[in-house]
Amino acid sequence: MRKAKDYFFQSLLWLSAIITIATLCIIVGFIFYKGIHLINLDFIFGDYSPSGGGGILPMIVTTIYTIVISLLIATPIGILAAVYLQEYAKQGRLIRIIRFATESLTGIPSIIYGLFGAVFFVTVLKMGMSIIAASLTLTIIVLPVIIRTTEEALKTVPLTYREGSLALGTTKLQTLYKVILPSAMPGILSGIILSIGRIVGESAAIFLTAGTVAAMPENIFSSARTLTVHSFLVTQEAGDIELAAAVGIVLIVIILILNLSATFISKKLNKADY
Amino acid sequence: MPNHSNEELVSQIESSNKRKYFLEKLSEKVFLFCSLLSVISLLLIIGFVFYKGTHPFFAEGYSFIEFIFGLDWVPSEDKFGILPMIVASIFATIGALIIGVPIGLFTAIFLAEIAPKSIARIISPAVQLLAGIPSVLYGVFGLAIIVPFLQNHLGLAKGQSLIAVILVLAIMMLPTIVTVAETSIRAVPKTYREGSLALGASPIGTIFKVVVPAAKSGIMAAIVLGLGRAIGETMAVILVAGNSLVLPTSLTDSIRPLTTNIALEMGYAFGTHQEMLFATGIVLFSFILILNLVLAKIGSKGGK
Amino acid sequence: MNTTKMDRNKGNEQQIQNKISVNDLNLFYGEKQALFSISIDIREKGVTALIGPSGCGKSTFLRTLNRMNDLIDGVKISGDIVIDNENIYRSNDVIKLRTKVGMVFQKPNLFPMSIYDNVAYGPRMQGIKSKKVLNQLVEDSLKSAAIWDEVKDRLKSSALGLSGGQQQRVCIARAIAMKPEVILMDEPTSALDPISTLKVEELIANMKKDYTIVIVTHNMQQAARVSDKTAFFLNGEIIEYANTETIFSMPKDQRTEDYVTGRFG
Ligand SMILES: Nc1ncnc2c1ncn2[C@@H]1O[C@H](COP(=O)(O)OP(=O)(O)O)[C@@H](O)[C@H]1O
Ligand SMILES: [Mg+2]
Repeated sequence: MRKAKDYFFQSLLWLSAIITIATLCIIVGFIFYKGIHLINLDFIFGDYSPSGGGGILPMIVTTIYTIVISLLIATPIGILAAVYLQEYAKQGRLIRIIRFATESLTGIPSIIYGLFGAVFFVTVLKMGMSIIAASLTLTIIVLPVIIRTTEEALKTVPLTYREGSLALGTTKLQTLYKVILPSAMPGILSGIILSIGRIVGESAAIFLTAGTVAAMPENIFSSARTLTVHSFLVTQEAGDIELAAAVGIVLIVIILILNLSATFISKKLNKADY
Repeated sequence: MPNHSNEELVSQIESSNKRKYFLEKLSEKVFLFCSLLSVISLLLIIGFVFYKGTHPFFAEGYSFIEFIFGLDWVPSEDKFGILPMIVASIFATIGALIIGVPIGLFTAIFLAEIAPKSIARIISPAVQLLAGIPSVLYGVFGLAIIVPFLQNHLGLAKGQSLIAVILVLAIMMLPTIVTVAETSIRAVPKTYREGSLALGASPIGTIFKVVVPAAKSGIMAAIVLGLGRAIGETMAVILVAGNSLVLPTSLTDSIRPLTTNIALEMGYAFGTHQEMLFATGIVLFSFILILNLVLAKIGSKGGK
Repeated sequence: MNTTKMDRNKGNEQQIQNKISVNDLNLFYGEKQALFSISIDIREKGVTALIGPSGCGKSTFLRTLNRMNDLIDGVKISGDIVIDNENIYRSNDVIKLRTKVGMVFQKPNLFPMSIYDNVAYGPRMQGIKSKKVLNQLVEDSLKSAAIWDEVKDRLKSSALGLSGGQQQRVCIARAIAMKPEVILMDEPTSALDPISTLKVEELIANMKKDYTIVIVTHNMQQAARVSDKTAFFLNGEIIEYANTETIFSMPKDQRTEDYVTGRFG
């Protein structure tokens, strides 16, 4: 009897694993199967042509814009916020409020961020549907990610480093940038990489704040579309699955590279710590 | 003992300490301000969404009850009822949970406890990678494969349906659930297993009676994260939902969940219509809050 | 040899006997009192050992002397600590205090940097940039800490590659590089093997002519070997404070005797 039960559960585990792995393989396989024949240098570095056959350079450029702008803002703010929470703040109400706010931001779905961005940045601050409006919205989306990962990284820096430095008559600020931040750097970098992944994968919030213009953005105040939004729009508007899949390949490769670099960095972290 | 630079050291120390204390105070203020920015952002977001979303009910005489329980959404005729969308969101989320959670958890258990190391070492990172790919791609896959499949095999007029949404969301949740749950199962100390095995429990029995309960909080976190991904998903859902405004009564009905309603209409909505989309956002907000509370309840009950 | 200290003391014609004067010091961690009315005078240039069972407040007391307890939330202090006629809890210049009062910790805590950078860290943070000055300072400090010969060929390699005993001596060099007058040591050899311990003890014996050293130790023989005066702590109080020989050969208090003869603790 017990044997039979064990056997049943064992089969259930195997079956589930097979379903998961098969499904995920099929998805990746499908995207590559549909899209790979479109991938070439012209596709990646060519300008978009609405009549079809063009490249996706404008979307790549737009994606890079959004990554760079939102990280330029979110990274320093997020790191310093985490530093405050971990290194300066005394336990108390203020800290609980800040923590609560940061956690809550993590839980808000991106469509709500999109709603907010579409009114606050696009309309109230008169940025219009633009790369800058989308990037600022993304800044708020990745801020809690950077704060959380930086906090985790700071927690791994031994207390003895702080004591050792302060006992030498240095200030907290000196200790911070000479000892603590350098030691926490690998963890902070993984947080930044995680954020890039989040930005690249984001669609709803960007859709509502950057608009859908399929052309090379002139500047950060232009409306434009990112790779992910492009993949969505060509599917929805034109039913062009192959094009969407080709863009999907580019996206998967980007995510792969990001993951590999995160792994690489965390390996380095472990080695540096011995 | 040589004595070079001693005077220099002493004088420099004394002259520069004042500046250091000033910088110390200043930097703490700057850091505090940075950490307050997340509070400010949250207040801004909630403030805007709630201000905009409640305006029609407080200032324009719309009935909140009619909004929640109304069956018709026809902005041009000033009809704003979102019951079909609420029902669609609930059905889609629960359906995705029913399919995605057990498969995801069992896969996580398999990878952490049963799979040969060499296999787990390849599959785990691959699954992790899939947790990171843009969800839109799951929608593209759904539209290209799942929707036609349903259309042909269930004889539907239109494959875009509640069941298609459920499948896409369930698939999309899988990598998140597997990755997070696997990590927490692996974190269960070896001694737990050894204790149970020493008492004569079978390996499988040990997994379900000892290891899984010990990893409970991590597993709950996995479910909450997967759920968060499913419930907030918008663009992938648009592609496979069909977006009809009818109250769903069967798995094969075309649906329009709350999220897609916002994304589809925000582009051209203005005035009351736009405010009603914010009101839809508030409902989505509350929905997520309630689901998280329920899950937290279930989680704490299971622990006893 | 020791012009440093002479310079600083000029103007004080009659030799100051006491470097540190502690009067009625009480310390609380939140509600919990850890030090009870501590009064002790610590002599200049020499080694003062703090002994006592673990948890009796030795580290806590030691860390009041360079205000390291300031880092801990909820610590309240009353009483006076006077170093060189300056009440250190009245003056708010902790930077100055900590450059004057160095510290060596229980476990070596070098930073993940090169040996050179570790030793030069403190002086650099004080604004010393000159390569020549730094080079000389690093060399002198490492020599004073009796580790120069072992590391002079690998100054630029990571300090964390050294053995525990070597690391602890570099920690001492790092403290010396600040040209402190007082060095606090909190069980500096408890993480080291016997041979490294001996080296550090030798070093301490050599250093005491230049520095005022206060050392916490668990090891009675060590206290007997290296210190001139010994204070016996019990439950946050000083039970007895006298010349080391006295403490170990004819203690006045029964509890001291019980402790030094190994009857408890
Ligand atoms: N950071 C702290 N917070 C609260 N209590 C502490 C802290 N550090 C030490 N204590 C308490 O103060 C007492 C003295 O500790 P300590 O000075 O470390 O003793 P010793 O160094 O003699 O072993 C102990 O009871 C200890 O539990
Ligand atoms: Mg101690």
